[in-house]
Amino acid sequence: MSTAPTSLDAARAKQLSAEFGLKADEYDRVLSILGRTPSLTELGIFSVMWSEHCSYKSSRVWLRTLPTKAPWVIHGPGENAGVIDIGDGLAAIFKMESHNHPSFIEPYQGAATGVGGILRDVFTMGARPIANLNALRFGAPEAPRMKRVIDGVVRGIGGYGNSVGVPTVGGEVNFHPAYNGNPLVNAMTVGIAPKDRIFLSAAAGIGNPVVYVGSKTGRDGIHGATMASAEFSADSEEKRPTVQIGDPFTEKLLIEACLELMATDMIVAIQDMGAAGLTSSSVEMAGKGGVGIELVMDNVPQREQGMTAYEMMLSESQERMLMILKPGREAEAQAIFHKWELDFAVIGHLTDTGHIVIRHKDVVEADIPLAPLESEAPLYRRPTAETPKRAVLDAAAIADPVGPLAALETLVGSLDLCSRRWIWDQYDSTVGGQTVKRPGGADAAVVKLDGLKRALAITTDCTPRYCQADPEAGGAQAVAEAWRNLTAVGATPLAITDNMNFGNPEKPEIMGQFAAAVRGMAAACTALDFPVVSGNVSLYNETEGRAILPTPAIGGVGVLEDAAHAVGLALTPGLDLVLVGATQGWLGQSLWLREIAGREEGAPPPVDLAVERRNGDFVRARILEGQVAACHDLADGGLLVAVAEMAMADGTGATLAAPPAGQAPHGWWFGEDQGRYLLAVTDGAALVAAAQAAGVPAAIIGRSGGGDLVLADGSSISVASLRMAHEATLPALMEGRAA
Amino acid sequence: MNAVIIVFPGTNRERDMAIALERASGRKPTLLFHRADALPAGTDLVVLPGGFSHGDYLRSGAMAAQSPIMQAVRDFAAKGGHVLGVCNGFQILTEAGLLPGALLRNATLRFLSMDCHMRVERSGTPYTAHWQKGAVFRAPMAHGDGNYFCDDETLARLNGEGLVAFRYSTPAGEITDAANRNGARQNIAGILSPNLRICGLMPHPEDLVDPLMGGTDGLPMFTSLVESLATA
Repeated sequence: MSTAPTSLDAARAKQLSAEFGLKADEYDRVLSILGRTPSLTELGIFSVMWSEHCSYKSSRVWLRTLPTKAPWVIHGPGENAGVIDIGDGLAAIFKMESHNHPSFIEPYQGAATGVGGILRDVFTMGARPIANLNALRFGAPEAPRMKRVIDGVVRGIGGYGNSVGVPTVGGEVNFHPAYNGNPLVNAMTVGIAPKDRIFLSAAAGIGNPVVYVGSKTGRDGIHGATMASAEFSADSEEKRPTVQIGDPFTEKLLIEACLELMATDMIVAIQDMGAAGLTSSSVEMAGKGGVGIELVMDNVPQREQGMTAYEMMLSESQERMLMILKPGREAEAQAIFHKWELDFAVIGHLTDTGHIVIRHKDVVEADIPLAPLESEAPLYRRPTAETPKRAVLDAAAIADPVGPLAALETLVGSLDLCSRRWIWDQYDSTVGGQTVKRPGGADAAVVKLDGLKRALAITTDCTPRYCQADPEAGGAQAVAEAWRNLTAVGATPLAITDNMNFGNPEKPEIMGQFAAAVRGMAAACTALDFPVVSGNVSLYNETEGRAILPTPAIGGVGVLEDAAHAVGLALTPGLDLVLVGATQGWLGQSLWLREIAGREEGAPPPVDLAVERRNGDFVRARILEGQVAACHDLADGGLLVAVAEMAMADGTGATLAAPPAGQAPHGWWFGEDQGRYLLAVTDGAALVAAAQAAGVPAAIIGRSGGGDLVLADGSSISVASLRMAHEATLPALMEGRAA
Repeated sequence: MNAVIIVFPGTNRERDMAIALERASGRKPTLLFHRADALPAGTDLVVLPGGFSHGDYLRSGAMAAQSPIMQAVRDFAAKGGHVLGVCNGFQILTEAGLLPGALLRNATLRFLSMDCHMRVERSGTPYTAHWQKGAVFRAPMAHGDGNYFCDDETLARLNGEGLVAFRYSTPAGEITDAANRNGARQNIAGILSPNLRICGLMPHPEDLVDPLMGGTDGLPMFTSLVESLATA
């Protein structure tokens, strides 16, 4: 029985290797590792493990340069998710992951299984998931299929998240024609576990049983990881069979069963079966533990008849986990999974051979040494080309065609700034009973920890148009904005997860974007003590040669010792509005420039990281002292949009001072200078004095009250009409109706 | 108050309900898995919480209504026991025949997650004692199948016998189409059994019992229950 696997015909194997996405030199490496032509199953294993999606072969050299350490980091990149100490003996476990390609091919299931996959990455480490977020980028709504994609993605995220009972509390959405053929769906999950009860994936204990739990294996998603590692062409719809089908009910049972098992001491190691399914989970667990693994495919729970070893190893059927149990505990563990009506099967054991051996029907279908499968995996330092620097625009040199209030009304209804209510109204944001700040209520979502005062603040951020114009500045800005949004609710920012969405890395200008974005992110992470603890890379986001905007989406997590300290963004009457941070009037790459002047030009606003930190630390201290009634960071659209957003939140207007002398008014109102916050306080003069003492620029720019936004020249617009413009856009687009 | 929360596979708001019940009564409720065939001795309130029992891949609540524990819940109800069903729990109560009518797909054909307002249509019941008739309160709703439907005869009986507990309304208490997001018949959000001991409603008062989460509008339902059951 223990004979070598049956090699494919040499010419057939070479041809198949190309179809599976292996380059010629990569295939030569397979031959030298094995010393023979691979079997079909072996070729499948090599091709998915060495796919861009699983191997990070183009990105790893750059990702290594990101800062990943801090005293509060328990596990950085390399585990299923990042783990940080949040106090009270607890850890937050979180990660963001893309499901871009599947979501374009089959929007509902692609997005749904994206949520399912990221949930598993988090609960596989022992955490109960407490919050989901999603960062979405869609094309122009009039682009072919795009409304169907938007509708399907939103329904899919809701359909999965609502059913598993994890609140979807935040996220972000952008629209740009660069995503017409390649929308982005990045899903983030945050979970909580006792910090001394974290479960890892390194297998250990020769002879220990390898246990499969969850759903049965079917033929869905075979070669999903390979599909996610290639560009799209016009026939992408034909790839629908590579998209998996999600079952949130089974996921919910899997969460409860795994957490019940994790409360015992039976588990040695555990990992979810994500991309490349049984292959990646078994290879990674054994590889990390430095042991061999032998699997018997006959014992794998199967949904369909006649499945081959190749199909079972490559299937990406959802809601499955692989575990190494302590010996002799199988019956106890099985009882828990049967209580939850889930499959439980011992499908193999750990060995001392250092090989992965796959048996099926008494035939050895694969026998691969694990060490070279990892150590000789391709690693590329691909050529990079720098993005040319853009000119800095002078606001005074740009004509303002409409004036501030007309521009404001247009901007608050524009696709990138309009209300996301149509989306979040389809997501259950309150299940769990701990949601302190729901979508739209604050700059970051705030979720309390059950039974404690402590709360987490969570956000996702990226401004792709900045990244396109200057990837390094854009990378730094994405990290800084996440830090700022956490700060604006009063939280202490702790760490990030990154979801790097880029085009084809074999093009030097794309690889250059990636390298520059990482440079900018690393600088910001270092300056803000905001390390990267987990992440995901999605490359080849191109359709017919057209790349997306570079989109390094950042998921940030911070902590509030007392949830009662969290502030939202809604204005109430009778407060001074204080602008913290300096305003030069930076219109390059601003939404005003794009939506009002019709130009996508110029250098994006730079982030001065020292100033960012100083301003943010000042604002957070005032919030925690209880001096701030509402706070909002200034981001897309600048100052006047920020005022409008605070006003629309609860219907309270404001009267605003004139722009400072010598500044172009449209630069003042709509410039997107970084490192700024707008605070609503009872004593603006005291706040400004405190800011001056701290060396932080601050000025009173208005006072809240009434139902209108009133400028110094007496012109005004009602908050109600702003709200109407703000709320109308998505319902009109998606339902053909008024808000 | 000895409250028991039934947990079906796919139930997901049991913890929210436990928090609300404990906040109102000072006692932790018992969580009971659906495979049990009896309720603990001394149970005086059974709660069927929200979620997606058995995935709700068949009609919502249809499979849970056939769970082993449901016979015990029926017996408990038949003896005059108090049973509260919220969201999926309301759907299960209708599928189990403990309350009339059915919960159809939302008229919008979309999942609806937002705060709604409800007008209290009957005071003085175990579930509404701490509200005045006509009082309006706010609660989150989060459902895909919340569109209450019943035939004309049932509707006449519910109205005639004062068994409509809550209707969707504006914050000012007006019963309008715009306030009726899921398309329920006559804005019905919640109903009562003829003995007033069984109550089902779609929105989630249990998610609004703490100022930190945005208010305590939902708390009177639970304090009403505590008081009613203490004196029952």
